[in-house]
Amino acid sequence: MILNGEPSEIPAGETVTSVLARLGLESGARGVAVAVDGEVLPRACWETFALAEDARVEVLTAMQGG
Amino acid sequence: MSDPSEPSQTTSRVSELGGQPHDVSTAAPPDTLTIAGRTLRSRLLLGTGGFPSLELMAEAIAASATELVTVALRRVGVGGSQSRGSLIDVLADAGVELLPNTAGCRTARDAVLTAKLAREAFATDWIKLEVIGDEDTLLPDAPELLRAAEKLVDEGFVVLPYTTDDPVLARRLVDVGCSAVMPLGSPIGSGMGIRNPYNIALIREAVSVPVVLDAGVGTASDATLAMELGCDAVMAASAISRAEDPVRMAHAMRHAVQAGRLARTAGRIPRRHYARASTPDEGLPDF
Repeated sequence: MILNGEPSEIPAGETVTSVLARLGLESGARGVAVAVDGEVLPRACWETFALAEDARVEVLTAMQGG
Repeated sequence: MSDPSEPSQTTSRVSELGGQPHDVSTAAPPDTLTIAGRTLRSRLLLGTGGFPSLELMAEAIAASATELVTVALRRVGVGGSQSRGSLIDVLADAGVELLPNTAGCRTARDAVLTAKLAREAFATDWIKLEVIGDEDTLLPDAPELLRAAEKLVDEGFVVLPYTTDDPVLARRLVDVGCSAVMPLGSPIGSGMGIRNPYNIALIREAVSVPVVLDAGVGTASDATLAMELGCDAVMAASAISRAEDPVRMAHAMRHAVQAGRLARTAGRIPRRHYARASTPDEGLPDF
Protein backbone atom coordinates (compact mmCIF):
# COMPACT_ATOMS: atom_id res chain seq x y z
CA MET A 1 0.00 0.00 0.00
CA ILE A 2 0.98 3.64 -0.35
CA LEU A 3 1.45 5.43 2.97
CA ASN A 4 1.75 9.22 2.78
CA GLY A 5 2.85 9.02 -0.83
CA GLU A 6 5.54 6.37 -0.27
CA PRO A 7 5.30 2.66 -1.10
CA SER A 8 5.28 0.66 2.11
CA GLU A 9 5.74 -2.99 3.13
CA ILE A 10 2.68 -2.91 5.37
CA PRO A 11 0.73 -6.14 4.76
CA ALA A 12 -2.85 -6.15 3.51
CA GLY A 13 -5.46 -6.53 6.23
CA GLU A 14 -3.65 -4.34 8.74
CA THR A 15 -5.89 -1.92 10.61
CA VAL A 16 -5.49 1.84 10.62
CA THR A 17 -4.76 1.70 14.33
CA SER A 18 -1.72 -0.49 13.76
CA VAL A 19 -0.52 1.68 10.88
CA LEU A 20 -0.74 4.67 13.23
CA ALA A 21 1.27 2.71 15.80
CA ARG A 22 4.01 2.19 13.19
CA LEU A 23 4.11 6.00 12.89
CA GLY A 24 4.37 6.37 16.65
CA LEU A 25 0.80 7.59 17.04
CA GLU A 26 -1.80 6.35 19.50
CA SER A 27 -5.29 5.98 18.10
CA GLY A 28 -6.50 8.53 20.65
CA ALA A 29 -3.96 11.05 19.35
CA ARG A 30 -5.32 14.57 19.11
CA GLY A 31 -5.05 16.43 15.84
CA VAL A 32 -4.74 13.35 13.63
CA ALA A 33 -6.92 12.43 10.65
CA VAL A 34 -6.79 9.58 8.15
CA ALA A 35 -7.89 9.36 4.52
CA VAL A 36 -8.04 6.09 2.61
CA ASP A 37 -8.32 6.18 -1.17
CA GLY A 38 -9.31 9.82 -1.12
CA GLU A 39 -12.05 9.50 1.51
CA VAL A 40 -12.03 10.42 5.19
CA LEU A 41 -11.89 7.41 7.46
CA PRO A 42 -13.68 8.37 10.69
CA ARG A 43 -11.85 7.77 13.95
CA ALA A 44 -14.51 5.25 15.00
CA CYS A 45 -13.41 2.94 12.16
CA TRP A 46 -9.67 2.99 12.87
CA GLU A 47 -9.72 -0.13 15.08
CA THR A 48 -11.63 -2.29 12.65
CA PHE A 49 -11.03 -1.06 9.11
CA ALA A 50 -8.69 -3.48 7.31
CA LEU A 51 -6.55 -1.85 4.66
CA ALA A 52 -6.39 -3.38 1.19
CA GLU A 53 -3.10 -4.25 -0.49
CA ASP A 54 -3.37 -1.34 -2.93
CA ALA A 55 -4.81 1.16 -0.43
CA ARG A 56 -3.61 4.75 -0.57
CA VAL A 57 -3.39 5.93 3.02
CA GLU A 58 -2.82 9.51 4.12
CA VAL A 59 -2.13 10.17 7.80
CA LEU A 60 -2.31 13.88 8.54
CA THR A 61 -1.75 16.02 11.58
CA ALA A 62 -1.62 19.63 12.70
CA MET A 63 1.12 21.84 11.37
CA GLN A 64 1.78 25.51 11.86
CA GLY A 65 0.12 27.43 9.07
CA GLY A 66 -1.45 30.75 8.19
CA MET B 1 -21.91 52.92 8.52
CA SER B 2 -20.92 53.53 12.08
CA ASP B 3 -23.23 51.85 14.49
CA PRO B 4 -24.52 54.25 17.15
CA SER B 5 -25.00 51.36 19.55
CA GLU B 6 -21.28 50.61 19.50
CA PRO B 7 -19.26 51.78 22.48
CA SER B 8 -17.85 55.23 21.96
CA GLN B 9 -17.57 56.66 25.43
CA THR B 10 -14.23 57.34 26.96
CA THR B 11 -13.51 57.00 30.63
CA SER B 12 -10.93 59.77 30.58
CA ARG B 13 -12.17 63.08 31.95
CA VAL B 14 -10.53 66.37 32.72
CA SER B 15 -11.32 67.84 36.14
CA GLU B 16 -13.03 71.22 35.96
CA LEU B 17 -11.08 72.42 38.98
CA GLY B 18 -7.52 71.46 38.36
CA GLY B 19 -7.54 70.73 34.68
CA GLN B 20 -5.73 67.50 35.47
CA PRO B 21 -6.92 64.25 33.92
CA HIS B 22 -8.29 61.74 36.35
CA ASP B 23 -10.09 58.43 36.17
CA VAL B 24 -8.07 57.61 33.11
CA SER B 25 -8.44 54.08 31.84
CA THR B 26 -6.24 52.91 29.03
CA ALA B 27 -8.40 49.85 28.43
CA ALA B 28 -10.56 49.83 25.33
CA PRO B 29 -14.31 49.66 25.96
CA PRO B 30 -15.79 46.16 25.75
CA ASP B 31 -16.47 45.23 22.16
CA THR B 32 -17.10 41.72 20.90
CA LEU B 33 -17.31 40.07 17.52
CA THR B 34 -19.72 37.25 16.79
CA ILE B 35 -19.12 34.81 13.94
CA ALA B 36 -21.63 32.00 13.45
CA GLY B 37 -22.78 32.30 17.05
CA ARG B 38 -19.30 32.28 18.56
CA THR B 39 -18.40 35.43 20.44
CA LEU B 40 -14.82 36.65 20.33
CA ARG B 41 -13.42 39.40 22.52
CA SER B 42 -10.44 39.89 20.25
CA ARG B 43 -10.79 41.10 16.69
CA LEU B 44 -7.36 39.79 15.78
CA LEU B 45 -6.98 36.33 14.29
CA LEU B 46 -3.51 34.85 14.25
CA GLY B 47 -1.87 32.48 11.81
CA THR B 48 0.50 30.03 13.45
CA GLY B 49 2.77 29.63 10.41
CA GLY B 50 6.27 31.07 10.15
CA PHE B 51 7.25 31.31 13.81
CA PRO B 52 10.87 30.30 14.44
CA SER B 53 9.82 28.28 17.51
CA LEU B 54 6.72 27.13 19.35
CA GLU B 55 7.86 29.12 22.39
CA LEU B 56 7.85 32.36 20.41
CA MET B 57 4.50 31.42 18.90
CA ALA B 58 3.01 30.95 22.37
CA GLU B 59 4.43 34.28 23.56
CA ALA B 60 3.09 36.04 20.48
CA ILE B 61 -0.35 34.50 20.98
CA ALA B 62 -0.40 35.82 24.52
CA ALA B 63 0.80 39.26 23.43
CA SER B 64 -1.79 39.44 20.65
CA ALA B 65 -4.68 38.45 22.96
CA THR B 66 -6.14 36.52 20.04
CA GLU B 67 -8.72 33.82 20.71
CA LEU B 68 -8.72 32.16 17.29
CA VAL B 69 -5.67 30.81 15.48
CA THR B 70 -5.26 28.96 12.22
CA VAL B 71 -3.59 25.58 11.82
CA ALA B 72 -2.86 23.51 8.73
CA LEU B 73 -2.96 19.78 8.06
CA ARG B 74 0.07 17.99 6.67
CA ARG B 75 1.37 14.46 6.40
CA VAL B 76 2.73 12.88 9.56
CA GLY B 77 6.47 12.42 9.24
CA VAL B 78 7.14 15.75 7.57
CA GLY B 79 9.23 18.02 9.75
CA GLY B 80 9.34 15.73 12.78
CA SER B 81 6.23 14.44 14.51
CA GLN B 82 7.52 15.54 17.93
CA SER B 83 7.17 19.23 17.21
CA ARG B 84 3.78 18.79 15.55
CA GLY B 85 2.45 16.71 18.38
CA SER B 86 3.27 19.51 20.75
CA LEU B 87 1.76 22.19 18.49
CA ILE B 88 -1.72 21.09 19.55
CA ASP B 89 -0.63 21.01 23.19
CA VAL B 90 0.90 24.48 23.02
CA LEU B 91 -2.26 25.89 21.43
CA ALA B 92 -4.45 24.14 24.01
CA ASP B 93 -2.31 25.62 26.80
CA ALA B 94 -2.67 29.04 25.20
CA GLY B 95 -6.45 28.69 25.55
CA VAL B 96 -7.18 29.56 21.92
CA GLU B 97 -9.71 28.04 19.57
CA LEU B 98 -8.48 26.39 16.38
CA LEU B 99 -9.45 27.49 12.91
CA PRO B 100 -8.13 24.80 10.54
CA ASN B 101 -7.34 25.91 7.01
CA THR B 102 -7.16 24.24 3.63
CA ALA B 103 -3.84 25.86 2.76
CA GLY B 104 -2.15 24.32 -0.24
CA CYS B 105 -5.37 23.11 -1.89
CA ARG B 106 -5.72 23.88 -5.60
CA THR B 107 -9.12 22.35 -6.32
CA ALA B 108 -12.55 22.35 -4.70
CA ARG B 109 -12.29 18.56 -4.35
CA ASP B 110 -9.03 18.73 -2.39
CA ALA B 111 -10.28 21.57 -0.25
CA VAL B 112 -13.48 19.74 0.65
CA LEU B 113 -11.58 16.57 1.57
CA THR B 114 -9.06 18.58 3.61
CA ALA B 115 -11.88 20.32 5.46
CA LYS B 116 -13.45 16.97 6.32
CA LEU B 117 -10.09 15.68 7.56
CA ALA B 118 -9.66 18.83 9.63
CA ARG B 119 -13.08 18.30 11.18
CA GLU B 120 -11.99 14.78 12.10
CA ALA B 121 -8.61 15.89 13.44
CA PHE B 122 -9.65 18.96 15.42
CA ALA B 123 -13.31 18.26 16.21
CA THR B 124 -14.48 21.58 14.79
CA ASP B 125 -16.88 22.44 11.99
CA TRP B 126 -15.06 25.69 11.35
CA ILE B 127 -12.88 25.90 8.28
CA LYS B 128 -10.84 28.68 6.76
CA LEU B 129 -11.34 27.80 3.13
CA GLU B 130 -8.42 28.47 0.82
CA VAL B 131 -8.35 27.35 -2.81
CA ILE B 132 -5.29 28.71 -4.55
CA GLY B 133 -5.27 29.42 -8.28
CA ASP B 134 -1.82 30.84 -8.96
CA GLU B 135 1.59 29.75 -7.73
CA ASP B 136 3.29 33.14 -7.76
CA THR B 137 0.60 35.29 -6.20
CA LEU B 138 -1.29 32.59 -4.26
CA LEU B 139 -4.48 34.37 -5.32
CA PRO B 140 -7.73 32.46 -4.80
CA ASP B 141 -9.31 30.47 -7.64
CA ALA B 142 -12.76 32.05 -7.63
CA PRO B 143 -14.85 29.32 -9.33
CA GLU B 144 -13.23 26.53 -7.32
CA LEU B 145 -13.57 28.56 -4.11
CA LEU B 146 -17.27 29.15 -4.65
CA ARG B 147 -17.85 25.48 -5.52
CA ALA B 148 -16.00 24.30 -2.42
CA ALA B 149 -17.81 26.82 -0.20
CA GLU B 150 -21.22 25.68 -1.38
CA LYS B 151 -20.34 22.01 -0.85
CA LEU B 152 -18.92 22.61 2.64
CA VAL B 153 -21.90 24.67 3.76
CA ASP B 154 -24.12 21.80 2.59
CA GLU B 155 -22.00 19.44 4.69
CA GLY B 156 -22.62 21.56 7.78
CA PHE B 157 -19.36 23.48 7.97
CA VAL B 158 -18.93 27.02 9.21
CA VAL B 159 -17.06 28.37 6.21
CA LEU B 160 -14.73 31.37 6.31
CA PRO B 161 -13.37 31.74 2.79
CA TYR B 162 -10.11 33.46 1.92
CA THR B 163 -11.19 35.47 -1.10
CA THR B 164 -10.11 38.21 -3.46
CA ASP B 165 -11.07 41.83 -2.79
CA ASP B 166 -13.99 41.47 -5.20
CA PRO B 167 -17.31 42.60 -3.65
CA VAL B 168 -19.33 40.53 -6.12
CA LEU B 169 -17.50 37.31 -5.27
CA ALA B 170 -17.85 38.14 -1.57
CA ARG B 171 -21.61 38.45 -2.03
CA ARG B 172 -21.74 35.17 -3.94
CA LEU B 173 -19.87 33.45 -1.11
CA VAL B 174 -22.34 34.79 1.42
CA ASP B 175 -25.24 33.77 -0.85
CA VAL B 176 -24.10 30.13 -0.66
CA GLY B 177 -23.96 30.36 3.12
CA CYS B 178 -20.49 31.42 4.21
CA SER B 179 -20.39 32.72 7.79
CA ALA B 180 -17.79 35.42 7.11
CA VAL B 181 -15.62 36.55 4.23
CA MET B 182 -11.87 36.99 4.40
CA PRO B 183 -10.76 39.26 1.57
CA LEU B 184 -7.09 39.78 0.91
CA GLY B 185 -5.43 43.16 1.27
CA SER B 186 -2.59 41.98 -0.98
CA PRO B 187 -0.97 38.60 -1.68
CA ILE B 188 -0.25 36.21 1.20
CA GLY B 189 3.00 37.01 2.95
CA SER B 190 3.69 40.02 0.74
CA GLY B 191 3.32 42.59 3.51
CA MET B 192 2.07 45.09 0.93
CA GLY B 193 -0.90 46.15 3.01
CA ILE B 194 -4.28 46.98 1.51
CA ARG B 195 -3.79 47.66 -2.20
CA ASN B 196 -7.44 48.49 -2.87
CA PRO B 197 -9.03 50.06 0.20
CA TYR B 198 -12.00 51.11 -1.88
CA ASN B 199 -12.89 47.47 -2.63
CA ILE B 200 -12.50 46.46 1.01
CA ALA B 201 -14.96 49.20 1.98
CA LEU B 202 -17.31 48.04 -0.79
CA ILE B 203 -17.18 44.48 0.53
CA ARG B 204 -18.16 45.76 3.99
CA GLU B 205 -21.20 47.39 2.38
CA ALA B 206 -22.00 44.39 0.17
CA VAL B 207 -22.35 41.66 2.80
CA SER B 208 -24.05 41.26 6.16
CA VAL B 209 -21.59 38.73 7.63
CA PRO B 210 -18.32 39.66 9.36
CA VAL B 211 -15.51 40.79 7.07
CA VAL B 212 -12.04 39.68 8.17
CA LEU B 213 -9.14 41.30 6.36
CA ASP B 214 -6.83 38.45 5.49
CA ALA B 215 -3.41 38.45 3.86
CA GLY B 216 -1.09 41.29 3.01
CA VAL B 217 -0.88 42.93 6.42
CA GLY B 218 2.72 44.00 6.87
CA THR B 219 2.66 46.25 9.89
CA ALA B 220 0.34 47.74 12.47
CA SER B 221 -0.97 50.60 10.34
CA ASP B 222 -2.28 48.10 7.77
CA ALA B 223 -4.39 46.45 10.47
CA THR B 224 -5.65 49.82 11.67
CA LEU B 225 -6.62 50.83 8.15
CA ALA B 226 -8.54 47.59 7.69
CA MET B 227 -10.57 48.30 10.81
CA GLU B 228 -11.10 51.94 9.83
CA LEU B 229 -12.45 50.73 6.49
CA GLY B 230 -15.07 48.78 8.40
CA CYS B 231 -13.59 45.32 8.64
CA ASP B 232 -14.81 43.41 11.66
CA ALA B 233 -11.48 41.71 12.30
CA VAL B 234 -7.99 41.28 10.93
CA MET B 235 -6.03 38.11 10.39
CA ALA B 236 -2.25 38.38 10.66
CA ALA B 237 0.30 35.64 10.17
CA SER B 238 3.63 36.48 8.55
CA ALA B 239 3.39 40.10 9.67
CA ILE B 240 3.82 38.83 13.22
CA SER B 241 5.65 35.52 12.87
CA ARG B 242 8.30 36.84 10.49
CA ALA B 243 8.81 40.22 12.17
CA GLU B 244 12.23 40.74 13.73
CA ASP B 245 10.54 40.66 17.12
CA PRO B 246 7.30 38.65 16.72
CA VAL B 247 6.13 39.21 20.29
CA ARG B 248 6.54 42.98 20.02
CA MET B 249 4.71 42.98 16.70
CA ALA B 250 1.92 40.89 18.22
CA HIS B 251 1.49 43.62 20.84
CA ALA B 252 1.47 46.22 18.10
CA MET B 253 -1.18 44.36 16.08
CA ARG B 254 -3.40 43.97 19.12
CA HIS B 255 -3.38 47.70 19.73
CA ALA B 256 -3.60 48.53 16.03
CA VAL B 257 -6.80 46.53 15.64
CA GLN B 258 -8.29 48.15 18.75
CA ALA B 259 -7.27 51.61 17.54
CA GLY B 260 -8.80 51.08 14.12
CA ARG B 261 -11.99 49.70 15.59
CA LEU B 262 -12.31 52.60 18.02
CA ALA B 263 -11.66 55.12 15.26
CA ARG B 264 -14.20 53.47 13.01
CA THR B 265 -16.90 53.45 15.65
CA ALA B 266 -15.98 56.96 16.85
CA GLY B 267 -16.76 58.31 13.38
CA ARG B 268 -13.92 60.16 11.72
CA ILE B 269 -14.21 63.74 10.52
CA PRO B 270 -14.93 64.21 6.83
CA ARG B 271 -11.96 65.02 4.61
CA ARG B 272 -11.88 68.68 3.50
CA HIS B 273 -10.00 70.36 0.72
CA TYR B 274 -9.06 73.40 2.77
CA ALA B 275 -8.26 74.04 6.39
CA ARG B 276 -10.91 74.55 9.05
CA ALA B 277 -9.60 76.26 12.15
CA SER B 278 -10.14 74.38 15.36
CA THR B 279 -9.65 77.54 17.41
CA PRO B 280 -12.49 80.10 17.16
CA ASP B 281 -11.79 83.56 15.72
CA GLU B 282 -14.01 85.28 18.33
CA GLY B 283 -11.97 87.15 20.92
CA LEU B 284 -8.91 87.35 18.72
CA PRO B 285 -6.93 90.46 19.83
CA ASP B 286 -6.27 93.17 17.29
CA PHE B 287 -2.60 94.16 17.61
